[in-house]
Amino acid sequence: MSVPVGMSAGTPAGAAAGAPAGAAAGNPLLMRSTSRARVVKDVAARVAMWLAALIVLVPVILILYYVAAKGLPTMDWEFLTQPTPYSMRLRGGGFVNGLIGTLLMVVLAAVVSIPLGLLGAIYLVEYGKKGLLAQVIRFFSDVMTGVPSVFVGLFVYTAMVIPFGFGVVMGAASLAIIMLPIVVRSSEEMLKLVPRELKEASYALGAGHWHTISRVVLPAAAPGLTTGTMLAVARAAGETAPLLLTALSAQEIVTRLVGEATASLPVLIYYGARNPFPAGQERAWAGALELLLLVLVFTLLARVASSRNRLWQ
Amino acid sequence: MADPVFAALTGAAGILVLIILGYMVVVTTLTAWPAMQSQGWSFIFSTTWDPSRGQYGILAFVYGTVLTSLIALVIAVPFSLGIALFLTEIAPGWIRGPVAYMVDLLAAVPSVVYGLWGVFVLLPGLLQPLAVWLSRTLGWIPIFAGPGSGLSFFGAGVVLAIMIIPIISSLSREVLRAVPSDEKNAAFALGATRWEMITGAVLPRAKAGIIGAVMLGLGRALGETIAVALLVGSREQITASILKPGYTMASIIANQFTEATGDHIRALVGVGVVLFIITIVVNVAARALVWRMVEA
Repeated sequence: MSVPVGMSAGTPAGAAAGAPAGAAAGNPLLMRSTSRARVVKDVAARVAMWLAALIVLVPVILILYYVAAKGLPTMDWEFLTQPTPYSMRLRGGGFVNGLIGTLLMVVLAAVVSIPLGLLGAIYLVEYGKKGLLAQVIRFFSDVMTGVPSVFVGLFVYTAMVIPFGFGVVMGAASLAIIMLPIVVRSSEEMLKLVPRELKEASYALGAGHWHTISRVVLPAAAPGLTTGTMLAVARAAGETAPLLLTALSAQEIVTRLVGEATASLPVLIYYGARNPFPAGQERAWAGALELLLLVLVFTLLARVASSRNRLWQ
Repeated sequence: MADPVFAALTGAAGILVLIILGYMVVVTTLTAWPAMQSQGWSFIFSTTWDPSRGQYGILAFVYGTVLTSLIALVIAVPFSLGIALFLTEIAPGWIRGPVAYMVDLLAAVPSVVYGLWGVFVLLPGLLQPLAVWLSRTLGWIPIFAGPGSGLSFFGAGVVLAIMIIPIISSLSREVLRAVPSDEKNAAFALGATRWEMITGAVLPRAKAGIIGAVMLGLGRALGETIAVALLVGSREQITASILKPGYTMASIIANQFTEATGDHIRALVGVGVVLFIITIVVNVAARALVWRMVEA
């Protein structure tokens, strides 16, 4: 569908006289001014949209460039394998304490929230459908994805950190709460795409609901489900504020899951960004590169999974 | 596994979402309640936040949260709509994929990386000079009164804008795609130029959905913590000038929580509860608008 800009040039000028002045202001379709002005406006709008697109690309490129340029010089074997030194002034050391903390918390959060979220999504698609309870769950899952992550951190702090202390489990709990609604809603969208004929064929063979879901629905939707959960994992891996309140930070590699402050990549980067010493700032940039690569790996896995999704074709 | 057991299990998982949401509200409100009660209405209407004297008024933070989010919207909305319209209506086919991918990449960047980049690259390179220039040339307008600083409501707002552009634009794109092509073709058949087709046929149809997308972006901006904590300047004050340092609700929690004790902690949890209420209202309204548009 491509209509040349000048197509309307042939509009008879007489039409302008017939259109009431009031209508022209309301709906542009009724406007019949000189066609030249309309073409100029059209071209100006196109230029503005091109510019908007180009300008938005600038920060993307700048962020990627600076994270790579400032992170790479510090990113070496020592950075990847050594924990953070005790003073921000000291050079050397690395973020392995943060990497281990992040991986532990993200994996733990994923292990809890993905099965729960998947079950919730199965309920919405296979049992609840358009019922009242399902609609309420759907709506509040959407609302929950918009809850500020720092509020989730406050909640886990009051519910878990006050009685048990900081720790991996508390950080993981806050990440799991952030992931849960994302997993529910994205999985629901994917399960909805499984063709009804496939399920009916399974029922016709005498399979029950459980067998149909576990043997037919889930395998058919698997690539799509992977996409959604990987994006949720990527989101969780980059969260800072809730971990600041629930896992805090530490210079050592974590040894216990509960009752021990635990470093994570985002929190170490945050501390590095707030400190005045160059050595600490350089580590923060290398940490940002490490975190960004980690997040991009998950995002990339999501892309690969979605490209294998046959339900979309 | 028996079918009824499995069905009950899935239902329980679904209800768990509601329980967690409800439990979060109850637990945080109960924790914050003593602090809120001892302050009375001045908790919300006072600007004095002085933990050493036990005074907790959060008005300056509410102001900062609203102001930074509005600055972010003013910058982000035109760009988001521009790029959404570009991708759905005018971009040549070969450019759509790469541009959409780049914008999505912006959404994948963690907020702490935005903060780091904002403080060490954007602040000296753009925000600081721009703030100084604005306060020198437009300083007679109260909102640009000097001395201008990049570590300010303005600086935080600019970084927030970059963070919410991918959210607003990707949702707007979905809404714009839902406009029936019959109506677009009808506009062309009436002799409309492409821009007239957009303003006459596409935008009226997509209005509710776009407003919803903008509000979801607003919800994200209101709750954004780390990047703002690094750029807002951290001063408990209300100023008409957007070029002065301030605080937001989320950033004061991040800044003070780890050093707080007793009532100070309860007051900070109270800040979180008020922030939660504000974002929930915005999100519920936004979801209602987007749902009406996409599902109907």
